[in-house]
Amino acid sequence: MTGGEGGSAPSPALLLLVGGSVLAAASGVPGLFLGWRSAWGARIAVGMVVVGSLSGLAGGLLAIAGARGDVLFLAAPVPGMEMRFGVDVLTGIFVLPVFLVGGLGSIYGARYWSPREHPRNGRRLRLCYGLLVASLAWITLARDGIVFLVAWEVMALTNFFLITTEDEDPTVRGAGWLYLLYSHVTILGLFALFLLERQIGGDFAFRGVPADVPYALRTAIFVLALVTFGIKAGAMPLHSWLPAAHASAPSHVSALMSGVVIKMGIYGLVRTCGVLASPPLGWGISLLAIGSLSAFLGVVFALGQHDIKRLLAYHSIENIGIILLGLGVAMVGRSLGRPEWVMLGMAGCLLHVWNHALFKALLFFGAGSVVHATGTRDLERMGGLARGMPATATLFLVGSLAICGLPPFNGFVSELFVYLGLVRAGVTPGSAWAALPAPVLAATGALAVACFVKVLGVVFLGTARSSEAKAGHESPPSMLVPMAVLGVACAVLGVAPGLVAPALERAAEAWSGGLLPGQSLAALAPLRWVSIAALTLVVAVMALGAAVIPVCLRARRRQPSLPTWGCGYAASSPRVQYTASSFAQIITSRFAWALRTRTHTPLIEGFFPASSSFRSATGDSVLDRFLLPAARRLKGTATRARVYHQGDLQQYVLYIVAAVILLLLSNVRLEWVVTQLCGR
Amino acid sequence: MSASLVSHLALLALLPPLLLGVITKTKAVLAGRRGPSVWQPYYDIHKLFRKEVALSATTTWIFVLAPVVGLVTALLAGLLVPLGPFEAPVAFAGDFVLFAYLLALGRFFTASAGLDTGSPFEGMGAARELGFSWLTEPALFFAFLALARLSGSLSLDGMLRASEGGAWLLRTAPLVLIAAGVLVVLLAECSRIPVDDPNTHLELTMIHEVMVLDHSGPLLGLVEYGAAAKLLVLEILLLHVIAPTAQVHGWPGLALFVVGLLAIAAGIGVIESVMARLRLLHVPTLLIAAVLSCGFAFLLLSR
Repeated sequence: MTGGEGGSAPSPALLLLVGGSVLAAASGVPGLFLGWRSAWGARIAVGMVVVGSLSGLAGGLLAIAGARGDVLFLAAPVPGMEMRFGVDVLTGIFVLPVFLVGGLGSIYGARYWSPREHPRNGRRLRLCYGLLVASLAWITLARDGIVFLVAWEVMALTNFFLITTEDEDPTVRGAGWLYLLYSHVTILGLFALFLLERQIGGDFAFRGVPADVPYALRTAIFVLALVTFGIKAGAMPLHSWLPAAHASAPSHVSALMSGVVIKMGIYGLVRTCGVLASPPLGWGISLLAIGSLSAFLGVVFALGQHDIKRLLAYHSIENIGIILLGLGVAMVGRSLGRPEWVMLGMAGCLLHVWNHALFKALLFFGAGSVVHATGTRDLERMGGLARGMPATATLFLVGSLAICGLPPFNGFVSELFVYLGLVRAGVTPGSAWAALPAPVLAATGALAVACFVKVLGVVFLGTARSSEAKAGHESPPSMLVPMAVLGVACAVLGVAPGLVAPALERAAEAWSGGLLPGQSLAALAPLRWVSIAALTLVVAVMALGAAVIPVCLRARRRQPSLPTWGCGYAASSPRVQYTASSFAQIITSRFAWALRTRTHTPLIEGFFPASSSFRSATGDSVLDRFLLPAARRLKGTATRARVYHQGDLQQYVLYIVAAVILLLLSNVRLEWVVTQLCGR
Repeated sequence: MSASLVSHLALLALLPPLLLGVITKTKAVLAGRRGPSVWQPYYDIHKLFRKEVALSATTTWIFVLAPVVGLVTALLAGLLVPLGPFEAPVAFAGDFVLFAYLLALGRFFTASAGLDTGSPFEGMGAARELGFSWLTEPALFFAFLALARLSGSLSLDGMLRASEGGAWLLRTAPLVLIAAGVLVVLLAECSRIPVDDPNTHLELTMIHEVMVLDHSGPLLGLVEYGAAAKLLVLEILLLHVIAPTAQVHGWPGLALFVVGLLAIAAGIGVIESVMARLRLLHVPTLLIAAVLSCGFAFLLLSR
């Protein structure tokens, strides 16, 4: 370490964050020297990640509370270079979920992926998990392009190894390769992006791009950022890698990936949008369009799934859409000089980043517990699990309500900010178009309700559809406590959004570069009323519930084994229940054009038809209908170039000589050749 | 507590069953029958509250909580709307989002309770309820947006005053379109003909009624009462759009407003008498028409 900028010591926030991340990065190393089945490797790893996370959380909180934007220089391994790390409010906002979900996921994973059950890949998993948490923190701390790229690549690679933890399964390997392919595209885009930024500022990464830079160059930077960070975030047409990857990883890794890793795309986009001066209106509009598309189609695709983790993964795409809507409102506000839209949009965007990290991690933990208990990810084989695992069911309900944006939980608050930004723009003369995403968001919310009623109802309610579901058992406390922490956080942010308002205000102010003099979130959004409404709702439900519950308990005692009214049909069985697919069918049939569900319908004929089965599968339309056919066609074209690849050494030497001569000639000016020839 | 607040709460608590009674009475009269008294729903709910509960062994606490949440959310949503000349007890920028999401919360629990019973019929009802609501929500939000543009306000209390003054003369087209859209939303959300027939006796064709098939006793009473409260709240919304209700001040204004609500209930009775139920597959078409109607109103106002 060579010291802080201008000789001053680096701030405690930065030291805590760097220290915490180094501890997390090293957490898997001791386990490598211990035996495969040794429980101590896992214990040490969890301990180090947890301590590192606590340190990181403290650092993140300090960063939000009052970071001065100071920078720490570290000597790089390459001579003449240095690595720069720094903290500011945005770093704090994005680094908090890293350490919260990272630490809780590590605790959860200790039992979920215990060394006894998974001796073969447990060590690799823990090593990569710690490195992933650390690299996520480094991305938010990076203050120059090299550090950013290195951290980004560490994130991408550790993520790949985490996705392919169960690499004996070919579908897992396929998901991993697809992810790796998309990662390569992202890193290429990042190289281009940072080179462009260097052209302007003489420095890498997230320096200001002033308004006198040519419009075309600024637009190129914006579009590059939108595509590369959009891939990482999983925005709608660029999302194809996400569902398979999030479904294949172990659940606590899925929680980290879905809750935090994809947010790094949002982080990059927010940073880039922040440094681009005087954005034209079109950028904000394109963000609004992509956000609406992601939100709406994300939830539509989620409805078509019957793999619980794939379903949750598609909901990440939906929530990324909501986050992008917030960012879009803020960008439109900057273009049109409306500080109040900037404040509301940015507050909605950043708060939803937090909220989604909280409830999506909670839901993935819940899904992991269900998978752990039943051994299947297929919704159609579940049912009635609330009986065997009541605590998990309750916490999953909390996560479901929060992700649907329903009061009194946190999702409502951030969606309210986004709505307010959109509608404020909509009532302003001349910009009514800006409110058009609001009805789309409303439809998205209603579809999310449908989707989570489906998950909750099919997994936890009703009766068991298979013997695995019947045997479902409650998770141990070490898996329940992380979920409970997240559930409580969802409730606290939903009831008391005023707690985080100052942090959001500071972040929005820092992001907009001083465009927001004296704007206060509390003046724009009804924070106090949200608290009052949430508390009233809870108290009223509890009061009325208290009146009903004794009556119901008495009824249960008197007639403990009463069946459900079967409308006169006596021989009911669990098989007659609505399944996940049949429940969603009334909606998914409307979107057959997008979902392209493949069904296998049995032919039933004769008076005594043979037993048969119905199958349906909804793949990813972008991947199946566009990317794979395009890749096949490209491969076909490339085969034609094979005639030049005969494997003949002389031919290759000829190619090399020809290329060298061409390169030499390209450097030679024609006039010079002419004068040389004619002069003689 | 001011007198207007007390009257607001009292109307919210006491009026809902009367609307059901008026609808039933209208239908009976139009069918040439005498029909039950308009107070019958009060007797019914009272009777249900004194009965025992029969709980299926399949159900969990969500089944018990659902009627409670359904009623509480409808009543809380009722606090956000003004009553004729009296302003809403709670009004703040963005309360229309809370309004819509409270109703969505009620829907979440009602539908979950349907699945909680493990009965295919109730699953069917829940699927239909949610399968249609995703079209009523954007219609409602387009209506809110149009009203916000008309009134320049971001709270329901201000938005629902958009039809005051001479607005009906100046802005006839958008207001007609909004009213048509909100009427369809009301019919769909409250499970009336042409979307759902509350009097049908075949489980296969029902939506709301089949979803609450297993509720009994006080729980069923809460369900009925919550559904009626939702009807009241949405009727209040509609009445504000179609009539400048604040023109008559004070108590006479409130009385006139209640008469208006009863008139809308009678109107629903007329619709139920003269129309048949739509085929389930055609319901989304009607709802898309509502979205377009409200959306077009917004478009007209967006210049």
